[in-house]
Amino acid sequence: MKILVTVKEVATVEDEFEIEGTTIADEYLGADLNEWDDYAIEEAVQLQEDGIADEVVTVTIGPEDCEQTIRQALAKGADRAVRVWDDALEDVDLLDVGAKTEILQAVVEEEDPDLVLTGVQAGDDSFAATGVSLAEDLDFEWGAVVNHLEHDFDDGIASVRRELEGGVEELTEIELPAVLTIQTGINEPRYASLRGIRQAQRKELDVQSLADIGVDESAIESQLELTDMYEPESESDVTIWEGSAEETASELGDLLREKGVAP
Amino acid sequence: MTDVLAVTDHRRGDLRDVSYEIITAGRQLADETGGDLHLAVISGTVDEFADKLDRDGVDVIHTVDEGEEFNHNVYTQAVVQLYDDLAPQYVLTPNSVNGLDYAPAVANRLGLPIVTDTVDLDTDGETLIATREMYGGKVETTSELADNAVVTIRGAEWPAAEGTGDAAIEAFDADIDEDAIGSSVNGFEEVAGGDVDISEADVLVSVGRGIEEEDNIPIIEDLADALDATVSSSRPIVDNGWLPKNRQVGQSGKVVTPDVYIAIGISGAVQHVAGMKGSDTIVAINTDPNAPIMDIADYAIHDDLFDVVPALTEEFGG
Repeated sequence: MKILVTVKEVATVEDEFEIEGTTIADEYLGADLNEWDDYAIEEAVQLQEDGIADEVVTVTIGPEDCEQTIRQALAKGADRAVRVWDDALEDVDLLDVGAKTEILQAVVEEEDPDLVLTGVQAGDDSFAATGVSLAEDLDFEWGAVVNHLEHDFDDGIASVRRELEGGVEELTEIELPAVLTIQTGINEPRYASLRGIRQAQRKELDVQSLADIGVDESAIESQLELTDMYEPESESDVTIWEGSAEETASELGDLLREKGVAP
Repeated sequence: MTDVLAVTDHRRGDLRDVSYEIITAGRQLADETGGDLHLAVISGTVDEFADKLDRDGVDVIHTVDEGEEFNHNVYTQAVVQLYDDLAPQYVLTPNSVNGLDYAPAVANRLGLPIVTDTVDLDTDGETLIATREMYGGKVETTSELADNAVVTIRGAEWPAAEGTGDAAIEAFDADIDEDAIGSSVNGFEEVAGGDVDISEADVLVSVGRGIEEEDNIPIIEDLADALDATVSSSRPIVDNGWLPKNRQVGQSGKVVTPDVYIAIGISGAVQHVAGMKGSDTIVAINTDPNAPIMDIADYAIHDDLFDVVPALTEEFGG
């Protein structure tokens, strides 16, 4: 079985930041492997270790800068990586679900995996829609918000649990090929070992342009235009206790006694 | 094309709250486009559901009597067929786990853009302005979409529709292609059980990512002991296996309403807030003054939890 994992390098934001137009100023931004994708990579690597997956390939839409993040996935055990980037993507503020789907679809069709794992959502734009949209484009089955996956795939079926709201899980069977969007907590993502990090440097990282994968530039035009970005207004009239830890703890202690909920 | 089609959510025989909230969101949009609000209720006891959904502002309720519980293949096919039949401008679905399991497929099949997890919607009839959050709630953004779109709405952002309506209730005969159903739901399991029921606690001492590592959890337990309170947590703590699932507060965990909720090192992601905002008094201990938890806290200490928590424990003789 071949597994393709979508990997995204997401922007992280410091506690204090400034907004410039419809973006956060560069100096307040960091970059990291998307948390949900980390769990998807781990699940794929575990399937490989269990002798079920023969090959784990990652695909990333991103500029050269994100190769460090892709190498993290390779260091954790993915076999090779595909990175798609193009000058046409440079100036896009917000790549929408449709555009991401078009690009990923082209790569999945080329790679022809049995299973595609994606994170439930990306920590920066939080769309949580690309995996299911991709499945529909590919005519694959799918499952969203999967927090348990049986590793036997009897009769080409993925037995999964989907994490619903309120502490309820849905037990579902999904025919392969399928796209599963992976929820945090499904496993415990490993840290890359030093050996893994060294090996990752030698693994194949194939860079493709839109033309290489046969996607027309017009296909990635976003139908969604970001028009404003601002810090949410606080709705709270919060009372802030200030002073040393002992002083603020004492304020909180008084409140708890006043409410009659502490000894 | 000015109408709005809103799809409702139910599980195990009960309509979920967002089904009444989506009526309000849908009515608001339909008023702005000058169109009708169509509701869809798919699978389960649809006629019973339709009676309950007939609230002020709904024009037509379409019942799709196919299967008992949610199946994304059925929902996708039914919503696509309703869209083809009704030609609405916007399709609204809940941004629930199930909403996210079919809305992107519907958008893709119809060739429409999708915007998820919206907290506000506005339209001049031509352009939809969708407000949503990015970067874990640190910023809010507006996006514009021309023409038609699929939109998922966040729960608890719109008030539930009330009053009794006089909607037309119409059975929609969806032509479901059984061969295209490649998934089956075989049951449900409650997983947040266990020996402690955090939803019964008067005081919750709740711990989040700010605790940094498992070895630090005992300082929270010591505080809970001193206060005779119960320990709960946000999602990452449970994901890491540092506390059992029955301690998780939030959308996918338990909804809690204690007298006092002390959020320690919790940033306040929307999924967490959904589970604890009904607490009587909320106290946040967090170094980040801009953390989203501050928006709903009644009292806050912007300081290092590793200093404040032991000081409080000591104050109560711990």
